[in-house]
Amino acid sequence: MTDNDLMQRSPHLIRRHRNGKIGRAIFFLSTTIGLVALIVLILSIINQSMGLVIVRYTVEPATLSDKPLEDLESTELSAILTQRLKPSRLRTIERDTPLATLSRTQLYNLVMEEIVVPKVQKSFHLDESLFQRAKIEQIASEEYPGAHITFRSWINWNFIVGSLSKSPEIAGIRTALMGSLWIILITIVVAFPIGVGAAIYLEEYASSSSRINRIIQTNIDNLAGVPSIVYGILGLAIFVRSLGDLTQGRTVISAGLTMALLILPILIINAQEAIRAVPNSLRQASYGLGATQWQTIWHHVLPYALPGILTGTILSISRAFGETAPLILVGASSFINKDPSSLFSRFTVLPIQIYNWTSRPQDTFRNIAAAAIIILILTLLTLNAVAILLRNRFSKRV
Amino acid sequence: MTETPFPNNAYAIELRNVDIFYGNFRAVKDINLQIEPRKITAIIGPSGCGKSTVIRCFNRMNDLVPSAHLNGEILFHGKNIYDPDVDPVQVRRLIGMVFQKPNPFPKSIYENIAWGARVNGYRGNMDDLVEQSLRQAALWDEVKDTLKKSALALSGGQQQRLCIARTLAVRPEIILMDEPCSALDPIATLKIEDLMRELSTQYTIIIVTHNMQQAARASDFTAFFTMDTDRAGIMVEYGPTSQIFTRPKDKRTEDYITGRFG
Amino acid sequence: MEQEMFRPTQQTQAISPFDVHASSALIANLRKRPRWGERFIQGFLFFCGAVSILTTLGIVFELGKESLLFFQTPEVNLIEFLTGTKWQPTIGEFGVLPLVNATLMTTLVAMLVALPLGLAAAIYLSEYASPKARGFLKPILEILAGIPTVVYGYFALTFMTPLLRTILGSETVQIYNTFSAGLVMGIMILPLVCSMSEDALNAVPRALREAAYGMGATKLETALQVVVPAALSGIIAAFILAISRAVGETMIVALAAGSGPNFTFNPFKAAETMTGYIARISGGDVGYDTPDYNSIFAIGLLLFTITLALNILSRKLSARFREVYE
Ligand SMILES: Nc1ncnc2c1ncn2[C@@H]1O[C@H](COP(=O)(O)OP(=O)(O)OP(=O)(O)O)[C@@H](O)[C@H]1O
Ligand SMILES: [Mg+2]
Repeated sequence: MTDNDLMQRSPHLIRRHRNGKIGRAIFFLSTTIGLVALIVLILSIINQSMGLVIVRYTVEPATLSDKPLEDLESTELSAILTQRLKPSRLRTIERDTPLATLSRTQLYNLVMEEIVVPKVQKSFHLDESLFQRAKIEQIASEEYPGAHITFRSWINWNFIVGSLSKSPEIAGIRTALMGSLWIILITIVVAFPIGVGAAIYLEEYASSSSRINRIIQTNIDNLAGVPSIVYGILGLAIFVRSLGDLTQGRTVISAGLTMALLILPILIINAQEAIRAVPNSLRQASYGLGATQWQTIWHHVLPYALPGILTGTILSISRAFGETAPLILVGASSFINKDPSSLFSRFTVLPIQIYNWTSRPQDTFRNIAAAAIIILILTLLTLNAVAILLRNRFSKRV
Repeated sequence: MTETPFPNNAYAIELRNVDIFYGNFRAVKDINLQIEPRKITAIIGPSGCGKSTVIRCFNRMNDLVPSAHLNGEILFHGKNIYDPDVDPVQVRRLIGMVFQKPNPFPKSIYENIAWGARVNGYRGNMDDLVEQSLRQAALWDEVKDTLKKSALALSGGQQQRLCIARTLAVRPEIILMDEPCSALDPIATLKIEDLMRELSTQYTIIIVTHNMQQAARASDFTAFFTMDTDRAGIMVEYGPTSQIFTRPKDKRTEDYITGRFG
Repeated sequence: MEQEMFRPTQQTQAISPFDVHASSALIANLRKRPRWGERFIQGFLFFCGAVSILTTLGIVFELGKESLLFFQTPEVNLIEFLTGTKWQPTIGEFGVLPLVNATLMTTLVAMLVALPLGLAAAIYLSEYASPKARGFLKPILEILAGIPTVVYGYFALTFMTPLLRTILGSETVQIYNTFSAGLVMGIMILPLVCSMSEDALNAVPRALREAAYGMGATKLETALQVVVPAALSGIIAAFILAISRAVGETMIVALAAGSGPNFTFNPFKAAETMTGYIARISGGDVGYDTPDYNSIFAIGLLLFTITLALNILSRKLSARFREVYE
């Protein structure tokens, strides 16, 4: 042992420290891969949701008026419509919404959709659009003479409020959003009371020594890990087929019930956790005043656990919102353009639309799929933000 | 290794004007303490006065608490172990530690002892080292047939002796013990005290204890700590154990050891 | 509810304390009363809990019943189903191995990505990261975990595959291939492995780490040789659950792995997985009670059995792990 031992590290120790540094770097890089993946994923989706397009018009806007269409007044626009549209078509439109009642923007859209009818010949990603404009112009002039190059964001207001269509230029997702909304509502109405009820039973009534209760608990935990497509098969067999007379087959109600079964285990587990967090002293205080078990639960346990239960519910709902596979089985149809109007309507939802558009080979369908993905992710982020806010308020109160 | 006399310094380790902070809170202040080599030094004092804080700074265990930092010097072989060029890993190899609750690794008895030596680059015969360490810790006879069994199957007292054996296998100079007997029954406690006596012929031992009799029985020197008015720990008195327990110089020490304190 | 609660009090007030009958009335009040309301509620709550049992029974019953129909089809027999390497319903070949093989390949690739990265990330988060770094990295992993799988499918098909084709050449890599699907699936499952492993690592008592440091171990030695082995059963539970998740994953493979059973070990070729097959067949228009329709139940049953076995195993392991440290 020399005095310098503390400072002069042996080669062995130096090697150990070097290994330590390497290990740390590896662990750190592995962690950041998640971050990198997330960024790449989001960028690649944004990249495909907007960019330059080569369009060809059925009727050149220049032949309609000598001023650019965007600068025209309402009167001029309706004049174009009355002149150019087939009388039968004009009548149909007038029957729904008289031209006189439409705003300038609505009239402009109508002119674009009904008369100009832009057809996207080819679309480019955002990165190509920004950095390879010359190449795009060359392609346009060589392969699509007479076509125009314009910038197009595939996410736009018309996309959100428009109904489904076979041509990606005018397709919108309103029908799919409405479908999601209907299904989520059914899911909540069915799964919330049953889920919370089951959680109360397991946490407050069930004695863990009883065999049946243990089976229920284990069963719920296992159900939470069953692949969602299996729930789809179940939904197909039970709600679509066996109960087909009641549900009328591939309808909103079948889908909602399937989703309810799917999220039930997660919802129960979340709710159980929230109920378990209620301090026992609260229950004892209530019993001490002569309250019955249900009075204790209803007046003390549930109010205390509610924010936690709601947080868990929102998280399960957001899971249901993004689910695709079970709804393929239950029979979402991607070719409808009527909004669901009752429990027995046929339906489509946002993820199904994304699936369907993505599996088409044309670029323009990929573009609207990307746009739909952005809407989907924004919705989910909003839901999660609400859940986090709830959770934070909850944890502050305690 | 411990055969070499200390050339620069007569003490095994020495604290000079040490203050230790957790964030802004000063947990102990202005400690000056010289530890005699190959003796047992006990640190006693009321709960929260900073005994653990101090003993954990002897081998830089406090580095693991992000908010902790230290002013002053801790001299080991004439070198301040808190100097930036000092490697805490090397410090901890030379100054081992036994904790309040026995904390064997969830591995076999054999592996518990071999592991520390192995990571520290021990090249000799491992079986011999294991046997020797277990013998030193007076545990060999009890476990020699079950070396491959899990260490978690041992009793608390055996586990604690295993932890001591494990520390010995790394061949430290100083062994720190923070209330090593607080989780043990009186018989196991006595065994550990005997063991400490045995080890003090070769090792410097510093022990934190709440047990007055233990300090009186088992230590050569005693340092008494208490809390100052600002809740910072201070060292009140330090000297040979016989003197501290029979003729304390300070009123506060007397009150504490006669049980009139808190 | 409230009325019932106060009724006894009102009664006792009405009775004079000197009345002989009164005290017997008081005592009668102490008797157990059947609280029908409470009973009813408890019954309803029990029913809620039992719904989950019904779900399981429903799954088992429906999958079993339709599978039985499938195996009663003259062209189909169980041995051939489990050992055949050709799945071509049109010519009466029903060997499930091509589908199983594709599932295994995507799962393998996904695990090669998710297990090492997930565990390494877990070690970083639990052993190295400052609270601030954790506070930043964990939500990112949570977001990654919350992205719908169809989005990952889109990512695999429109980003990962073109990327692979650029790097490895478009002759090697087909437009649909199991490798790309597996890679992206690995990214999707990474957060699950990471958070479950991190929980296991965090459950390892501080005292063990201190013991290791106290003997002069470096941080890496402590992490890899003390903490990880101590958390091993918890980590393996995470791994097994990850495998189960990969086996059951549908949308990524439906979009990116290819449609059409193909018995190949080349990960750059298209091959349809079990889940992909179910999605494709049920998405098209197949009539009820055809062998095609019934076959999705047989494959579903296989899928359910595999994932259930994996889940049970994972839960057993993590229960044992929790026992050690609680
Ligand atoms: N990690 C920490 N962070 C912040 N403050 C701490 C930390 N550890 C200890 N302290 C504070 O430092 C002071 C001394 O604590 P220490 O654990 O050293 O006392 P002790 O004398 O060992 O007490 P005991 O006899 O109960 O073990 C206490 O006020 C304690 O609250
Ligand atoms: Mg202490």
